[in-house]
Amino acid sequence: MEQYRANLLICAGTGCVASGSLKVKQALEEEIIKQNLQNEIKIVLTGCNGFCAQGPLMVVYPEGIFYQRLTPENIPFLVEEHFLKGRPVESLMYTPPAEKKVIPAMCDIPFFNLQVLRALRNRGLIDAEQIDEYIARDGYLGAAKALLEMTPEEIIQEMKDSGLRGRGGAGFPTGIKWEFCAKAKGEIKYILCNGDEGDPGAFMDRSVLEADPHAVLEGMVIGAKAIGAHQGYLYVRAEYPLAIERLEIAITQAREYGLLGKNILGSGFDFDLEIYQGAGAFVCGEETALMTSIEGKRGMPRPRPPFPAHKGLWQKPTVLNNVETLANIPQIILQGGKWYASLGTEKSKGTKVFALTGAINNIGLIEVPMGIPLRQIIYDIGGGIPNKRKFKAVQMGGPSGGCIPEALLDTPVDYESITQTGAIMGSGGMVVMDETTCMVGIAKFFLEFTQEESCGKCVPCRIGTKVMLDKLEDICAGKGQEGDIELLEDLAQDIKDASLCGLGQTAPNPVLTTIKYFRDEYEAHIKEKRCPAHSCLALLKFEVIPDLCKMCGVCAKDCPVEAIKWEKKQVAVIDKEKCIKCKTCITSCKFMAIE
Amino acid sequence: MIWHIKIDEILSSYKDRSDLIPILQRLQEKMGWLSTPVLQRIEEKTGLSGAEIFGVATFYAQFRFKPQGKNLIKVCHGTACHVSGVEKIEEALRQELAVKGDEPTDDGLFSLERIACLGCCALAPVIMINKKCYGKLEPNKIQKVIKDYK
Repeated sequence: MEQYRANLLICAGTGCVASGSLKVKQALEEEIIKQNLQNEIKIVLTGCNGFCAQGPLMVVYPEGIFYQRLTPENIPFLVEEHFLKGRPVESLMYTPPAEKKVIPAMCDIPFFNLQVLRALRNRGLIDAEQIDEYIARDGYLGAAKALLEMTPEEIIQEMKDSGLRGRGGAGFPTGIKWEFCAKAKGEIKYILCNGDEGDPGAFMDRSVLEADPHAVLEGMVIGAKAIGAHQGYLYVRAEYPLAIERLEIAITQAREYGLLGKNILGSGFDFDLEIYQGAGAFVCGEETALMTSIEGKRGMPRPRPPFPAHKGLWQKPTVLNNVETLANIPQIILQGGKWYASLGTEKSKGTKVFALTGAINNIGLIEVPMGIPLRQIIYDIGGGIPNKRKFKAVQMGGPSGGCIPEALLDTPVDYESITQTGAIMGSGGMVVMDETTCMVGIAKFFLEFTQEESCGKCVPCRIGTKVMLDKLEDICAGKGQEGDIELLEDLAQDIKDASLCGLGQTAPNPVLTTIKYFRDEYEAHIKEKRCPAHSCLALLKFEVIPDLCKMCGVCAKDCPVEAIKWEKKQVAVIDKEKCIKCKTCITSCKFMAIE
Repeated sequence: MIWHIKIDEILSSYKDRSDLIPILQRLQEKMGWLSTPVLQRIEEKTGLSGAEIFGVATFYAQFRFKPQGKNLIKVCHGTACHVSGVEKIEEALRQELAVKGDEPTDDGLFSLERIACLGCCALAPVIMINKKCYGKLEPNKIQKVIKDYK
């Protein structure tokens, strides 16, 4: 292998590509040839680095210097300074919010150094399209050990020792699931990967598939051996074209290397995989619906039992694991279940990947040990709330989850503790909301989603969610009545009790948690016809609150129709004749002084 | 007819029921949308009933039963995009292109579609044109983004 003086790792995840990382790469290549450095410097495209908000990103090794927000224009300067003169460029490095000093090395940035990488251990380090790079990082060693040295029982025991629980949200122990399926009678069995990541606000699976597709394939090979399956399917949503492309490349390469197909590594074990593209139905993330969909039917859930471990795809014993779960498996086999279980809490072992988004400074993908308090995620890793706004809630678990308020921020992240708050661990979406987000509005937003995505099989879910949505729309439009909150609570309980699958059983959670923790906001909407977050259009008066106005004039400057009169040291006044109710002033005002 | 030859080629890969959705996906990619004659041809070639085929196709959000514009704009309505004001982006897009509902523009260049989540939450608000993502949008950036497709 050739040796280079420096390796430049450019992030080519969906986020950075959208921010222009491929143009940055091209500019770098041209500049490096121009400076005749092509034999000294190597450029590598990697999967998602995680710190998506700062993209396009590049990490320079051996020093580990982290460059952010690169553009093709600043490349010539960067190459000359850093690679010719040996002076890393501070102006392109990361500065934490509210600080002035830059942090050059990636490992010193709080966003990165509080994380523990297991499922994402290869992120930003390898080229996802080169199987050799995965193998160089101990790739397929776990599969080799499982196929050549272990019996199915030993694999399952290792998984049970690890305490790994399904990362798709429900948290069922993976080892026990495998054991059920391994013991089920039948010649033909299947292992499936659930990559139908439909939760709005979640992108963990996409990042894992884009950054380290072989880890998922290897996890499936090990699972196949454990349960005795010879065919697997990867169900990935069609909205993730880059993930599908990388998976296709990975499967082709694995076949060429004899890591998929007949007689893998000479073990006598056959296993192959196919990709199945989801066609855009959220309910297909539910295991029985996903199987019905692969069978070519409307993706509707089936009653359980029989459980898929006995009668799954085409009525054959089937295991379905989430992308992140599978990515953890090779290391568990290689390093042992006990090693994995050494991290985490009593009942939730290992790490969990979260997509941290919304009103937070460090948006991106993080992997943290189970048991870490939410506060540490939001303030230390996430860097707190931008624009000097106040934290209001963190939404976990997407449309099946709930909003956790400030008072519960010391809750440790594990399955049981999060469930106690009324939210769920879910697949890992973590959307932070500040004081400008209306809690009734957010409940309405999620219910719109579940209403639309309800498959229609169960009446309580199909009609119940519609009635709840109508009520929430009324409340946001200022037509709420006494008794609405109680009606919502009643309906929610009925829908939870009487729906067949997880979608219906959890659909009311966003409404229930917002009522539980933010009942005053509901009451303000209903009784006072006022939206405390100044967000529901029908309840806005477009008036300045004199006591809160700091007379800064930002609203007047930003108003697109010059409807706001303001003079120095005077409270702004909105001319309602001219006002077009675009809410620009409300967004601009940092003091919540316009209602 | 030419279009028959094109779709028969795709239909020839049909072996069993589990091929139905992949075939619908490939037909839509080729034709842009699923018209009644195309659905009828599937019926003839596969032996599945028209109701079964239509039932499956209408269940999934991906399938369209109206012609679409040359460029498909997907507007993300995920949580992060919602919180960061994607409604205003969609409004600006609709105004700029004069699109109503899911009808294509008069010149046939664009259609607009609302999507649950594109999974690029770090770049919210996000839209995707064909297979390319555009992030951190503001209403006044819209004109520049769509200029490339005109």
